[in-house]
Amino acid sequence: MLKPINVLMVGVGGQGTILASKVLAAVAMKMGYDIKVSEIHGMAQRGGSVVTQIRLGEKVYSPVISEGEADVILAFEQLEALRWLSCLKPGGTVIINSQQISPVPVLAGAAEYPGDITGKIKERVADVVVLDALQAALDCGNAKAANVVLLGAMAQKLPVDEQTWRDALASIVPPRLLEINNAAFTTGFNSLVPGVAS
Amino acid sequence: MKELLSGNAAIARGAYEAGVRLASGYPGTPSTEILENLARYKEVYSEWAPNEKVALEVGVGAAIAGARALITMKHVGVNVAADPLFTAAYTGVNGGLLLVSADDPGMHSSQNEQDNRHYARFAKVAMLEPSDSQEAKDMVALGLDISEQFDIPVMLRITTRVAHSQGMVELGEPIPREIKPYSKDVRKHLMVPAFGRLRRLSLEDRLARLKEYGETTPVNYIVPGDDKIGVITSGISYQYVREALPGASVLKLGLTNPVPGQLIKKFAAQVQTLYVVEELEPYLEEQIRMLGIKVTGKEILPVTGEFDQGLLRSKFAAAGVLPAGRGENLTAGLPQAPPRPPVLCPGCPHRGVFYTLHSMKLTVSGDIGCYTLGGLPPLEGIDSCICMGAGISMAHGIDKAVPGLKEKTVAVIGDSTFLHSGITSLLNAVYNNSDITVLILDNRTTAMTGHQDHPATGRNLMGGEAPEVNLEALCHALGVKQVEVVDPLDMAAVKAAVNTGLAAKGPSVIIARRPCILLTRESKPAVTVDPETCNGCKMCLKLSCPAISVSDKKSAVDQTLCVGCDLCVQVCKTGAMKGGNAGA
Repeated sequence: MLKPINVLMVGVGGQGTILASKVLAAVAMKMGYDIKVSEIHGMAQRGGSVVTQIRLGEKVYSPVISEGEADVILAFEQLEALRWLSCLKPGGTVIINSQQISPVPVLAGAAEYPGDITGKIKERVADVVVLDALQAALDCGNAKAANVVLLGAMAQKLPVDEQTWRDALASIVPPRLLEINNAAFTTGFNSLVPGVAS
Repeated sequence: MKELLSGNAAIARGAYEAGVRLASGYPGTPSTEILENLARYKEVYSEWAPNEKVALEVGVGAAIAGARALITMKHVGVNVAADPLFTAAYTGVNGGLLLVSADDPGMHSSQNEQDNRHYARFAKVAMLEPSDSQEAKDMVALGLDISEQFDIPVMLRITTRVAHSQGMVELGEPIPREIKPYSKDVRKHLMVPAFGRLRRLSLEDRLARLKEYGETTPVNYIVPGDDKIGVITSGISYQYVREALPGASVLKLGLTNPVPGQLIKKFAAQVQTLYVVEELEPYLEEQIRMLGIKVTGKEILPVTGEFDQGLLRSKFAAAGVLPAGRGENLTAGLPQAPPRPPVLCPGCPHRGVFYTLHSMKLTVSGDIGCYTLGGLPPLEGIDSCICMGAGISMAHGIDKAVPGLKEKTVAVIGDSTFLHSGITSLLNAVYNNSDITVLILDNRTTAMTGHQDHPATGRNLMGGEAPEVNLEALCHALGVKQVEVVDPLDMAAVKAAVNTGLAAKGPSVIIARRPCILLTRESKPAVTVDPETCNGCKMCLKLSCPAISVSDKKSAVDQTLCVGCDLCVQVCKTGAMKGGNAGA
């Protein structure tokens, strides 16, 4: 029996969490997993906190991930990693894009952006990966590919071979952007090789 | 062939496969994508109606005339459509009529979390509740069959987690379906009292037959399990029950109005303790109890918000049914994450209106749409929001009843909302000689739900050209003498227009016209800040623009987010904000 995997993708409206979830869904389908994906549309999309929940396994009932159930949290932004950390399963993995996007209450001076979020998460979670996906994507030629850099990093953590990821990526992104996205995936994928990044 | 589909996409596919001829609705989260998906099937005529009442009436007409019809709306839309719904239960249908009610437990994108299952019982129509995308698709065909077989409208009640969750769906091919012949039958379709009484009796008869059908329908079934715990559930809650109580016996109800009394009694007799798991109201629970069956539900489960498997585990643990969970807490001692509320987009041309209304210290009765975001701090340009169209009517109420406040009150409404149900409110203000000032923020679309067309955009749902309502002419035709069009990016002009409107006798309308920034994707050179001139007064922050921040007492504009709307340039008292289009 395939072990069910719960992935929580969290970020800010407009960061490309939906495309990332589509690629993961395509991976799951290629692997023959049952899959459920849950996302919130509407009001929350207007620059608000967004979350996409992806569950794959032999048979998936609930489309949502409860507290303490996520095998992986893929955070597109630091504050969102902090916000959703309670969903992480003991022993789970957190992958954090080091980008910071201040919410309006912070911009307006009504709240403070917490300091050293990644350090605080590392104190509590053994498996934490922090990478500058935005810079990596810019290096590949398109800031919008940051989501695929993060997917590349996550690919190392899931029991799926690299080619399946590449095929899934090719089935989702438009052909003209495939080269950039493949490069972005490679950067993320290699960022977890020991000695390359931490 | 299987495809990964959201519940909404699955409903659209189901309508296509089941030979639906006509679909109508009004956008509203979480229902909107049903018609957006259906519009891709050119074989089905689909449209946006100006409001849900109109949409349902369109569906009733098509159905009585013999065609299958699908009508979609969010839960609060059914309030608007309730009038035709209650009497369509009397007339019944000819071709099948399916009304999708998309409820929003947890209020992700809604002003309330009413449980529309009560509507099915109240209006005496059949109701199906799918638990995932596959069932959502299958229940479209089943619902239309039930509608035709029992001559009754059928409500397909979904919730956000069914509508917006994707699951695997087996696709089928569309089955060719003839339009049923129409025959004039005033005793069935002309609901005057004498005939209404006949149909009232007929309705009870139809419901009794439907109840009998519910005892054996394949969508009401028992999942055998441990006889210690039995759970009756429906909709998305079924999925949470299967995860939280994997060994329990489950009675899953797909047809939840009318409820199958005999099946429930049979199931109750098989188990030692009976629970009912349902989000929101104790809809099933009360009906089960009326059968004389002992059942536990809201005693241990909340009536508010969404459920999930974790919530069920903890509630059943607290009730002693499950062992207590692990006490591990990853987040102990972590700082609280500041909220990230939704905000008006950078470059929203209507942002400045809220800034102006707030700075003028006006009382602003608002309405449903993006502009509710203009009510949050620091903009604080709206006082209230109740429902579609209410902004204008509420301002009129203040005008007539509260001297002192009326002179400082304006109403704000969007273009789509105005066409939905603001027209009659404005007509009332004219008829009853109000002095109200109404701002129609015309962004040329239904923005909040994802840019749907409406009668003033010039396009229809299927992508064709459509006549474009002229809002100025419409307001004049309603009897408003003072109608002014302003550019909301010109803050001085907006302020002057509001002052003129407030001073005018009789109702006045200000149409602030600029398309939604996401629609035009117009980007002018970004604003820059001269750090020498900026004195850190933070006036610009009051615009609540995600592109503006202040650090070390100097404003900064995020050059990737800024689209050069220049509202901050107009707000800046020191001239430190430099417009990218100065001179353009």
